[in-house]
Amino acid sequence: MLAFTLRRAIQAVAVMIAVGIIAFSMFRFAGDPVNQMVSIDTSAAQRAAIRESLGLNDPVLVQFVRYFVNALQFKFGISYQFRLPVADLLKERMPATLELATCATILAMVFGILMGVYSALRRDSFLAKAFQAISLIGISLPTFLIGILLIYLFSVTLGWLPSFGRGEVVKFGWWSTGLLTISGLKALIMPSITLGLFQMTLIMRLVRAEMLEVMRTDYIRFARARGLTTRAIHFGHALKNTLVPVITVTGLQFGSVIAFAIITETVFQWPGMGLLFVQAVQNVDVPIMAAYLLMVSLIFVTINLVVDILYTIVDPRLRATISRPA
Amino acid sequence: MSDAVVPQKAESAAPAAASAVGWLERLLQSDLLYSFRRSRLTMLAAAVTLLFFLAAIFAPLIAVQNPFDPAQLQLMNSRIAPLWTADGQSPFLLGTDEQGRDMLSAILYGLRISLIVGLLGVAFSGALGILLGLVAGYVGGAVDSLIMRIADVQLTFPAILIALLVNGIAKSVFSNRLDAVSMLGVLVLAIGLSFWVQYARTVRGSVLVEKNKDYVAAAQLIGLPAPVIMLRHVLPNTMGPIMVIATINLALAIITEATLSFLGSGMPDTMPSLGTLIRIGNNYLFAGEWWIVAFPGIALAALILSINLLGDWLRDALNPKLR
Repeated sequence: MLAFTLRRAIQAVAVMIAVGIIAFSMFRFAGDPVNQMVSIDTSAAQRAAIRESLGLNDPVLVQFVRYFVNALQFKFGISYQFRLPVADLLKERMPATLELATCATILAMVFGILMGVYSALRRDSFLAKAFQAISLIGISLPTFLIGILLIYLFSVTLGWLPSFGRGEVVKFGWWSTGLLTISGLKALIMPSITLGLFQMTLIMRLVRAEMLEVMRTDYIRFARARGLTTRAIHFGHALKNTLVPVITVTGLQFGSVIAFAIITETVFQWPGMGLLFVQAVQNVDVPIMAAYLLMVSLIFVTINLVVDILYTIVDPRLRATISRPA
Repeated sequence: MSDAVVPQKAESAAPAAASAVGWLERLLQSDLLYSFRRSRLTMLAAAVTLLFFLAAIFAPLIAVQNPFDPAQLQLMNSRIAPLWTADGQSPFLLGTDEQGRDMLSAILYGLRISLIVGLLGVAFSGALGILLGLVAGYVGGAVDSLIMRIADVQLTFPAILIALLVNGIAKSVFSNRLDAVSMLGVLVLAIGLSFWVQYARTVRGSVLVEKNKDYVAAAQLIGLPAPVIMLRHVLPNTMGPIMVIATINLALAIITEATLSFLGSGMPDTMPSLGTLIRIGNNYLFAGEWWIVAFPGIALAALILSINLLGDWLRDALNPKLR
């Protein structure tokens, strides 16, 4: 068990080093950093001085180690467009993205589980078929089209909800939250739906399939034979057992939700990390791109590691297969 | 020398024609066609997809103007509503955008770009994935674990993130001075590098199964080189699942291209794809000019939905367990 955890942790570190090499190569070799920072009338001598002060004349390996050590302390260099430290920019934008991603995930889980359970228990009802159709559309429609459609309906036509921004935010130290003001909550509704729709269809399909599977098992039949109420069987026994894979998938998908927030944040001009990243790609702001890659990779790798380890704790069958020599 | 070649060709033409007839006959009696003709939704999806492809191919004949040619656009004609509304003007059936571009023409030409990028992207990712999968499965050992390790890591990242990164790197290498046609190449590269993993995994899995069969041993015994065995003998036996992945990935590639263009790091305004048209139209939503965004959006959604339906059908039809 300990050996497995350790091996997984080493693999995670190896992945992070690989991503670090990619981020560093982008930072160093994709375009010339000095040219990005100076104007046309900077003299050659000044350019050379900047080059020297940035340490760009050192051996590549030294530069890589320096970049890596800096990145470990969350120093990612200076943004080309904003002339500000990238770490500060990311820190300022992070609460917006995390709030959006969390809201979207909660929304997706609540509605996904409800719809999945309903369409498994009442397979042939009209509503279940409607849910299936919605899930096909949810998978086929690109995220940005859903966002535009929502804006057209609720902002342009009905004028109920704001179409861009976060509304008023309240500051707690460096964390800013939109959850405590009316305008902040109103601004959160449409982006969360847009971002959560894809996860919702995923969860709905998963819950439906798992429920159908569980309802066929012997212990459900036995529970019926014991004369338990239908509700106790459905929710106390069947649903409980479908929740383990649902929580795993949702957990693993949280990283993708943060990455997909790039699109949603652009549609709604939501001031999060994704919008920062898109603007960085448009303006070739390499330090931000490299830092975003590192941050998102860290989130991904951590989630994967935690899920892997939790799995072996929760499910004893897996522990048996791991301890068996491969 | 040429004398010797020509009669040979003439001789081989007759069996080729016969085998073409045989192929057609086999197609007409196949389970695939049977299941196709039994599903109305699939036939509709196929018809819509075919219509889109034909519209893209014959775009210059249908369109009233070439929207990529600034000389044919007139600012006088900008932001005209569709023909059936009160402010509509002939010949602009679906209205015009802010540059005086006829929306229908722009959609037809944009469809071309979207389909070209999608098809080339699928071809590139397929070729890359198949090659790496064949090598990983056939060679095995350290090569195999290296390729599959990279695949595992990449699979944890969403394709759109990788596509955006490739795009950003290409832009910074070329100092952000890419013309429209090279942008097309960059998009194909970005899509190809984002979607190869699934092909590689599938091909590797099939190769591991096929590798131990007698026909491969026989081919090795008569001394065929490994690349020939891989491409001519093993690969054809892995094509079924590849076709399914390619169909579903065509829809994904078109979505990815549209998303990149929508985010402003894809096709430029001068040579718009469907995604670019939607991004442009999005700016006029609040001005009440809904047609600039609505029609490209509907076209994109219909295209993706019908390709997805075709992919779903192909997956079920080729899966012997469901028969």
